[in-house]
This record gives sequence, structure tokens and C-alpha cells, in this order.
Amino acid sequence: MIALDDTDHAILRALVADAGQGAGALGRKLGLSQPATWRRIRRLEEARVLRGRRLMLDAAAVGFGVTVFLGVKLATKGRVSLEDFERAVSAIPEVQTVEHVLGLYDYRLRIVARDLPDFERILRRRIMTLPGAGDVEANVLLSEERLAGPI
Amino acid sequence: MLNEEDRRILRYLQEDPTLSQSELAERARLSPSMVARRLTRMEERGIITGTVAVIDWQALGYAVEVSLRFTLDKTLPRAFDEFLTAARAVPEVLEIQTFLGRVDVRLSVIARDMAHYQEVYRSRILTLPHIAEIEALMHVARIKWQESLPV
Repeated sequence: MIALDDTDHAILRALVADAGQGAGALGRKLGLSQPATWRRIRRLEEARVLRGRRLMLDAAAVGFGVTVFLGVKLATKGRVSLEDFERAVSAIPEVQTVEHVLGLYDYRLRIVARDLPDFERILRRRIMTLPGAGDVEANVLLSEERLAGPI
Repeated sequence: MLNEEDRRILRYLQEDPTLSQSELAERARLSPSMVARRLTRMEERGIITGTVAVIDWQALGYAVEVSLRFTLDKTLPRAFDEFLTAARAVPEVLEIQTFLGRVDVRLSVIARDMAHYQEVYRSRILTLPHIAEIEALMHVARIKWQESLPV
């Protein structure tokens, strides 16, 4: 596993808040040269610590007013292949994330929809008809914060 | 609202936020000046709010990820605020979401291993104020992780 020093941590904290800043601007804040900063970012990318960049959009402003977290239980465990369910659910464009979990539910989905009627359409026509889909529990997102984490 | 050019730009930019404006123009088959103009407009209107780095916590040695779902004691008027303030101070908490539904709040918590998780859970999660109920979903695998919006 990659060993990180304080400067690496500072770079990660800065990029988690704003990945739009270049190595030059970031280096100046941390008292590093542009090439030194660039080399460190490169090393973090190569070690897969930096998995990628995400464009932050205001979902409501682009027409997605509703985000729902859906817990899904498979109805007939063993009979339906998990792969079939996973492939079918991943193909739904409104489904942003699919996580296989242990606990009350088998899968946790994050779904975006234009509004509640649109969500109902996705739920009835796309989710409930999936191979093996059983009980579902929907929680409508009201607010969300992402924190920097232990870096 | 978005026009067809905006949607095209956002589709490519969500796929790869590191694209330069000229690369973006080429892929979206638009002129560079058009891309520059549409991007500026979307930033000014708060549609694009920025770019952030995504960290792979497994690569940093955090093997355990748990989704903790809380219902709070809502007889106390400040229960939500006090719970959220305390949860923000826990370094291992990556995400905080509030919901309309059976679950009030969800925390995404990471730990190095199960022993570390137990320690975090006992000393920092169970001590959060106003908890009525907790459910845990243990993360097993990430099947789809594409937090782009189907614009």
C-alpha cells in the first residue's frame, strides 16, 4: 500500500474540495513547485488513490428534481442469478449506483428522476419488473453532504 | 434550462471532467467558441458547480464500508441539527444524507478492518445524540458507480 506524507494529504484534501485547480495553483498554496506537485498527483493517480474526477452538477437545475435511495430485496434467492439482476439494473440510465450489501436488503440503488411521478414510473416499469426483484424500500433524499474523510 | 448543445457538452464532460475545451469541442462536434460560451453560461447559472476528486478508500487501506441508517428521536426539536453537527465531526464519516421516508439520516462510514469498525461504531457512532434506531448495511461490492446524470 502507498505511504502518504503530510503534503500528499494536503493535496488530497485540496483536490477533494476542488479538482479544477491545476498543479501550479495548488503547488503555490502548499509551497511546492508546479512539477513537484504534478509528480505527486501523478503518483496518487497511479496508486489508484485518486480514482478519478467527478463533475458536480446541480441535479435540480438540469431537470432531476428527485433523488431516491432504494433498498431492494431479491425475492427468490438462489433461483435468480445475481448477475442477471445486476446486469439488468445497471442498464437503467436513471440508476446511478448499485451496491451489493449485507443486511436488511440485498442491493442499494441510487436513482434520479425528474419528479415523483417520474420516479413512480421508473419504479413500476423498470425496477419492479427486474428478474428477482422483491421487497423495496424507498427513501427520498432531502439533503446531502460529502465530507473529506480521514485524510 | 438546457439546450441540445448543453446536453451534449455535459454528457462528454461528465464522462471525463479532465477534458480540455478543445477536446470537448471535438467530441461534441461543436465549435470551441460555442463550447466556451455554453460552459461559461452553465457555470454562471450554477448548473455546473465544480469538479471534485474521488478517492478510492480501499487503496488507502480502508477495507470496510458500512451504510448506517438512523431514525432519530424527533420529540426533541433540535434532534436533527445536533445529530448532524456531531456526525460531521467523525472523521470516518464520508457522506451524510437526510431523507423523507422510514429512515431519517444515513451515514456512510469507512474503517480499516472490522476491529477498527467496531471501535469507530462504539466510541463515535453510538455516542451520537438522539438516536432512536440504527440499521447497518455492510457494503459488499460496487456494481455500478456512475454518478453522472442522464441529461
